[in-house]
Amino acid sequence: MAIDDTPAMEVEDLTVAYSDQPVLWDIDLTVPAGDKMAIVGPNGAGKSTLIKAAMGLVPSVAGEVRVFGRPFAKGNGEIAYVPQRSSLEWDFPTDVLDVVTMGTYGSLGWFRRPGNVERDRARAALEEVTMGAFERRPIAQLSGGQQQRVLLARALVQEAPILMLDEPFQGVDAPTEQAIVAVLDRLSDEGKTVIVVHHDLQTVPEYFDSVLLLNVRAIESGPVTEVFTEDNLRLTFGGRVGVLAQLAATVNEG
Amino acid sequence: MDFFSDYTLRVVALGSGVLGAAAGALGSFAYLRRQSLVGDALSHAALPGIALVFLLTGSKAPLPIMIGAALAGWVATLAVRLVVRRSRVPYDSALGMALAVFFGFGLVLLTQIQKRPDAAQAGLESFLFGQAASLLREDVIVMSVLGTACLILLGLLWKEFKLLSFDSEFGDSLGRPMRRLDGIFTLLLVVAVVIGLRTVGVVLMSAMVVAPAAAARQLTNRLAPMVGLAAAIGVFSGVTGAVLSSMVPRLPTGPTIVLVLSTIVVLSLIFAPGRGLLWRWIKLGRLQPAAALDPVLMHLFALAQQHPNEPDHGHGVGVLRTMSPVGADVEQALEDLLNRGLVHGVGDELWAPTPIGRREAERAIKAQTEVSS
Amino acid sequence: MTPELEILAIAVVTAVAAALPGTYLVLRRTAMVSDAISHAILPGIVVAFFLTRDLNSPLLLLAAALTGVLTVVLIEALIRTRLVPEDASIGLVFPALFSIGVILISKGASDVHLDTDAVLLGELAFAPFHRLTVGGADLGPAALWSMGVILVVNAVLILLAWKELKLATVDAGLAALLGFQPLIIHYGLMTMVSVTAVGAFDAVGSILVVALMIAPPATAYLLAERLGPMIGLAAIIAGAGAVLGWAGALALDVSIAGSIATASGLLFAVAFLLAPRRGLVAQAQRRSGQRLDFGVRMLLVHLLHHEETPEAAEECREAGLHRHLGWRESWTRRVVGKAENRALISRRGELVLPTDQGRRLADDAVVGFSE
Repeated sequence: MAIDDTPAMEVEDLTVAYSDQPVLWDIDLTVPAGDKMAIVGPNGAGKSTLIKAAMGLVPSVAGEVRVFGRPFAKGNGEIAYVPQRSSLEWDFPTDVLDVVTMGTYGSLGWFRRPGNVERDRARAALEEVTMGAFERRPIAQLSGGQQQRVLLARALVQEAPILMLDEPFQGVDAPTEQAIVAVLDRLSDEGKTVIVVHHDLQTVPEYFDSVLLLNVRAIESGPVTEVFTEDNLRLTFGGRVGVLAQLAATVNEG
Repeated sequence: MDFFSDYTLRVVALGSGVLGAAAGALGSFAYLRRQSLVGDALSHAALPGIALVFLLTGSKAPLPIMIGAALAGWVATLAVRLVVRRSRVPYDSALGMALAVFFGFGLVLLTQIQKRPDAAQAGLESFLFGQAASLLREDVIVMSVLGTACLILLGLLWKEFKLLSFDSEFGDSLGRPMRRLDGIFTLLLVVAVVIGLRTVGVVLMSAMVVAPAAAARQLTNRLAPMVGLAAAIGVFSGVTGAVLSSMVPRLPTGPTIVLVLSTIVVLSLIFAPGRGLLWRWIKLGRLQPAAALDPVLMHLFALAQQHPNEPDHGHGVGVLRTMSPVGADVEQALEDLLNRGLVHGVGDELWAPTPIGRREAERAIKAQTEVSS
Repeated sequence: MTPELEILAIAVVTAVAAALPGTYLVLRRTAMVSDAISHAILPGIVVAFFLTRDLNSPLLLLAAALTGVLTVVLIEALIRTRLVPEDASIGLVFPALFSIGVILISKGASDVHLDTDAVLLGELAFAPFHRLTVGGADLGPAALWSMGVILVVNAVLILLAWKELKLATVDAGLAALLGFQPLIIHYGLMTMVSVTAVGAFDAVGSILVVALMIAPPATAYLLAERLGPMIGLAAIIAGAGAVLGWAGALALDVSIAGSIATASGLLFAVAFLLAPRRGLVAQAQRRSGQRLDFGVRMLLVHLLHHEETPEAAEECREAGLHRHLGWRESWTRRVVGKAENRALISRRGELVLPTDQGRRLADDAVVGFSE
């Protein structure tokens, strides 16, 4: 059916280092369009960093990211980001609808306010995550699962072809997890590409088409059935322990 | 005499009102961004700017002085940012150093000015201690113009500042220039602080930025009302403080404004509907917030549920850490809970909820299910 | 001693006395509390003054110390309500207390020497005029004695509670787990800060106290790796700042307190730039030297990675390397050259391949973390 074979995202030689510590090394990754990919690895493996670096939210020392064959540029509405819940201060005075509407800010210019059009789009996104009734709820009163769905809706409203989610299932209840999985499935059916940093190995084969095994280096990536083997997992999670000795941080080469 | 004091009062009240509005509105965002003390630092750091302007130009006119103050404050924020980015010195130390060192340098300049034959620094010192009574029409005009400009810019950049304060990284992912916005916000805050120096003085400027926001936050759950309310509280306190201090002999304006503000803050903390301490006392029976805010207790409780016949079956920190988000300070939470009598140690580095802790957890679960249904 | 030297002595003693508790404030990330306390103790001093009508009464010290602790108690109570974040709590409490103090002065004491100028700014220049006379004998400036005692008490307390302080500062959670009472430590520290601030008030004013509590320890933080050396360095740097400031003030005839604050700031700036390892200059040097090294390793890993793959011909072709790595051509040439120099790569036609040594280096370089 799909004629165009251009992968949704191609990452080449991506390397990120924070002061004196390389966090990602020479990552190559190809994500086919319409794929649901999981990124798994131990703590400190650089999973969140990979997402952020691919989106240009943290500086990388080397490497290149292409989206649908073209070099990636922020702000073109190509990638929608769902950050970790815990990275936000939820005691902020605003309501659910407002947060989701923030997803439309990319399409508004400097001085334009979000209007009814934007708010309706936000409402539609909220319906998709079955949070339509919570429009006016202050976000400080949300449970973990609800918070997660709000962040997902905020990404959905951008209607981007690619979504990147950072540990969306961390600490959410089962109904929320099912709801999110349903949304991701729907997105994939529509041809959108979904990349998820995932912490629960057990559900990888069930939820995802392909997987990237990451531990500072890309151990292996590809279809789950081929790549998600015990050997590979052992390599990723329990492999040789090395200390990355005196490697300097460079934000960009000289 | 009546006419004179009326006029002065009008001037002072207007100036205080403008200051209250600008500081209150911008302070709301600083409050939400956990930058409340920047106001304090900025007001101290402004001193060398004021002194330098006088030294170099001999002028004590409000506009050049405010520009000098703003520039000095701006440089201070740049210095803080630089130190935090490039060294292990923590943010609060960098802020405190900027505050004290810049101010100290300002003192040096002030005493240098003091040696001049024209006893010139008398006017300048009003910036230190806030002599609102010395405000002139000229000052208030400049203050009003600058204050209004700040508020207009705030309105124009409303959604950008909201994004900046709530989820700057997300804004970055949308391609918005978050760093530039941060700079603009800081600039506006600097201007708001500088406006207020003459009225309330260096030390009390911190309150003008923090207090209206703190009070407003208790009274509403939405941003626009919060900012509006903060501005209104700022204006109210400014004007009331000015009026009160004019009615009572030997009552300086700045401190009076601050006390009015503080009273409002205390009242809103106690009486805020749905959130204040009085409400909490009535609803929950005590002043501590519900344990629902403490995930570690909930985890321990959940774990304890798996051993219903062994109330003192303990679990270790490692398990708790796995259950908590990455980077969560589990030990700190445990210490907190220990101090509050909600958990206790049950052996070799193992923890369990106390009976009180179990009751709290049950109560919190009940409260949660009420909220989310 | 001449008055100038007495001033110097007072300045140095004050600086060192402040640096001691200040070190812990910096490490515990509660530096701004020093600003809060040094302002908030004003009403305590004023009330005590009203009661004793004596600026030199020890009651002032006591009242101020109590007010300082009260300040901290109020701040923490506010934080504990969970209605106001930590930084805002600080920014709410101290201006209110300070305002009360100023109003008290204005209403009750405008005829006496307690005026806001002195309170905020202090003036070391006048300190020698307050003598401590016991039984008619002049023992020197009172400020020197009071700050001296404070210095000794601070030092002794810190030595006695060394272990507990270190643990509570570095790892509060662990301290609690081990049964230390971090709360006592915490309030003890705050009391020390209050007493020091009060003692220094008269001579140097509140702002300098803040400068002295934060800047020298922050400077030491850039230079030391362990707590003991850090405190020692903080004390020395504090003293140095006092000397420099004093000298500068004498030479230029300006505010001594302001001069000392400025000098302390300058010392920090110098360390910020020039500290070995942590200074900006050292960082830049390390970066440039190791950029090349890092680049070589990245090159090797890249080559290793693609060596056996079908794209090897493309990925390892020298001419295209800069594109794959996202580097500038000139930089790529330097890195390749360096790698060749160290016999880490060899050329085979158009391709660049790792040698055995290079392969080993690449293998070692990146293995990843395990739990």
